[in-house]
Amino acid sequence: MSDLTGTGTAVDPLTQTQAVKDMRRLDPSLRPAGDGGSLVHRSGRGKKLLVYLALVAFALVYIYPFVVQVSTSLKTNADAVAHPLAVVPDPFTTAAFQRLADTDFPLWFTNSVVVTVCVTIGRVFFNSLAGYALARLRFRGRDAVFTAILAVLAVPGIVLLIPKFLVLNYLGIYNTYPALFVPLLVDAAGVFIMKQFFESIPPSVEEAARIDGTGTFRTFWSIVLPMARPAVITLTILSFQGSWNELAHFIIATDDPRLFTLTRGVAQLTSGGLGSGNQYPISMAAALLMTIPTAVVFVVFQRYFTQGANAGAEKG
Amino acid sequence: MSTADTVEGRDTVAGPGRSPAPRRRRRGGGQRQSGAGWLFVTPTLVVLGLFLVVPILMALWVSFTDWSGRGNPFSGGVGFVGADNYKALLAEPGLSRQDFMISLRNTFYYVLGVVPLQTLLALGLAIVVNQRFLKGRTFFRTAFYFPSVVSSVAISLVFLFLFTGTGAVNQFLGVFGISGPTWFSDPRGLIHLVGQGLGLWSIDSPPSALADTQVMSLSVWDWFSGPSVALSAIMLQVVWTTAGTFMLMFLAALQDLPTEVEEAALVDGANAWQRFRAVTLPHLRPTMLLVITLGVIGTWQVFDQMYVMTQGGPAKTTLTPAYLSYTAAFRQQQWGQGAAMAFLLFVLIFVLTSFQRFVLRDKDEAARKRAERAQKRAAKKAVTA
Repeated sequence: MSDLTGTGTAVDPLTQTQAVKDMRRLDPSLRPAGDGGSLVHRSGRGKKLLVYLALVAFALVYIYPFVVQVSTSLKTNADAVAHPLAVVPDPFTTAAFQRLADTDFPLWFTNSVVVTVCVTIGRVFFNSLAGYALARLRFRGRDAVFTAILAVLAVPGIVLLIPKFLVLNYLGIYNTYPALFVPLLVDAAGVFIMKQFFESIPPSVEEAARIDGTGTFRTFWSIVLPMARPAVITLTILSFQGSWNELAHFIIATDDPRLFTLTRGVAQLTSGGLGSGNQYPISMAAALLMTIPTAVVFVVFQRYFTQGANAGAEKG
Repeated sequence: MSTADTVEGRDTVAGPGRSPAPRRRRRGGGQRQSGAGWLFVTPTLVVLGLFLVVPILMALWVSFTDWSGRGNPFSGGVGFVGADNYKALLAEPGLSRQDFMISLRNTFYYVLGVVPLQTLLALGLAIVVNQRFLKGRTFFRTAFYFPSVVSSVAISLVFLFLFTGTGAVNQFLGVFGISGPTWFSDPRGLIHLVGQGLGLWSIDSPPSALADTQVMSLSVWDWFSGPSVALSAIMLQVVWTTAGTFMLMFLAALQDLPTEVEEAALVDGANAWQRFRAVTLPHLRPTMLLVITLGVIGTWQVFDQMYVMTQGGPAKTTLTPAYLSYTAAFRQQQWGQGAAMAFLLFVLIFVLTSFQRFVLRDKDEAARKRAERAQKRAAKKAVTA
């Protein structure tokens, strides 16, 4: 199973299905004589209908909450409370977004963007460096380093809340910008993914470079890293998603409202930050605005998300 | 690539990654690599060391003190209290132990509900999405996976709205004549409710045999409450959110299953259920183990939802060890006790996952490894002899 990790084609379920299809087309013995469908999957109409019904029902359960999110953000609070299931806002209003603009929301959004960009760049760079060293460079203690990183993977993140605060406090960077992103700059899982990928690249290319006298970093930076593009994109997406959605670390890294990120700020906003009464359109608008960047990245890079999920699977 | 291949012909034969280490071409090359190797891993080691290893050691120390959050926890002014924090959580009757036990009870029911449900849902979705005749598979896959990549805060807000007393869920239930509960403000336990529904007991006056017997600061009645309605709503949300990720894992495994094997079973006259039981399920076993392990590790750490939605309420029924340790330290300034809770949670997760790996381990695999080891030993003996 190890060859599945993060590699460009092996993981992608679509490609695999295609391969299976091709195989079946080429080998006539595999093709059933009957209705033209596959032998195993020759399914009755009833079964097909049932599967479609189940799928549509589940799809509704999965999509409707997001529909509610969008439509409620454009409703008045009275309308939202009275008709929570209605898709069309009546009356239609963007008041929630205007109210949100008057809060610290824009500041949180900016903070989130800065932190996410820093974390993503840092992770991609440092994880690739370490992954490359562990995959390719021979140095004393390499196995020990790799074992240590594997051990780190086994530490459940949530038990680190208090410990991380202690160290930030001790270093005197609690309530500073670096406290938000420096502890997130490296993640053991990312190192693991990059190591696996670099091991799948034939070493001959670097060998040639080395004979030409290219330095180790140059070889890594201008020859190996460009070849690792799929893994780098996967890592970028995982890092983006991880830091954009992170909540627990931002809770313990600061209590200064000027340093709140989206997750922290919005969580605060809805637990009483808006004064009296439930303001559902505002909280839905906030939820929507923090979902949109994720959704855009998700739609554009969907294939890599899928790979990332399965690359994560390999580490377990 | 082709130039490289002519230079290094042997590498095209050797498998990637497993090829023999490239021979050193020049003197000093090894040394340079060694330096570069350490240089490349240094940033990773520094960050992981500084924000993972050192903090754990610091917290271990703090868990043996009565530090109140003021000043330096490592100065002489902080009182060393030995194992008192751990004792207060495990051995001494009192509020600390009661709260900790409540949080363990809640999370136990939470894990017991979420892990099987999300595993089954993920497996079901994967099997359905994997149907070859299906049109729009990508669309469905995307729809089911999308919640997994969205912020837990955003999803919590949406569910808070959906599950309000007069919210979308209850209006939907109302269509079928069901009047739904007030979800996030309903502390009644599910087992209590079922018992009351069956006429076994009344929640307002629980049987005294159960209510008066205390085990670890909590009455037997309270231990067997089941998850509260509020916690159940969070469980539904989490199952809904995470099933997509695990669906992808099952999907990848399903697509590894050679169609020929399934067809062979079909030729042998196996029906759909038999094929699933005898062919598909054994094939999915490693993935299943992985999904359950990741599920258990993840669910015991539940924190975000409690922070955003319920703050441990109603009536402490959504209190979890992670959230409790956070409030003990950051809100009540009992840092020693908070750190002690974090360590107990760490140990608990470690023990549970090890136990689970042991129970669900692949017996053939274990036997194979034992045989391998025996063979190696024999070979070694032969060499020395």
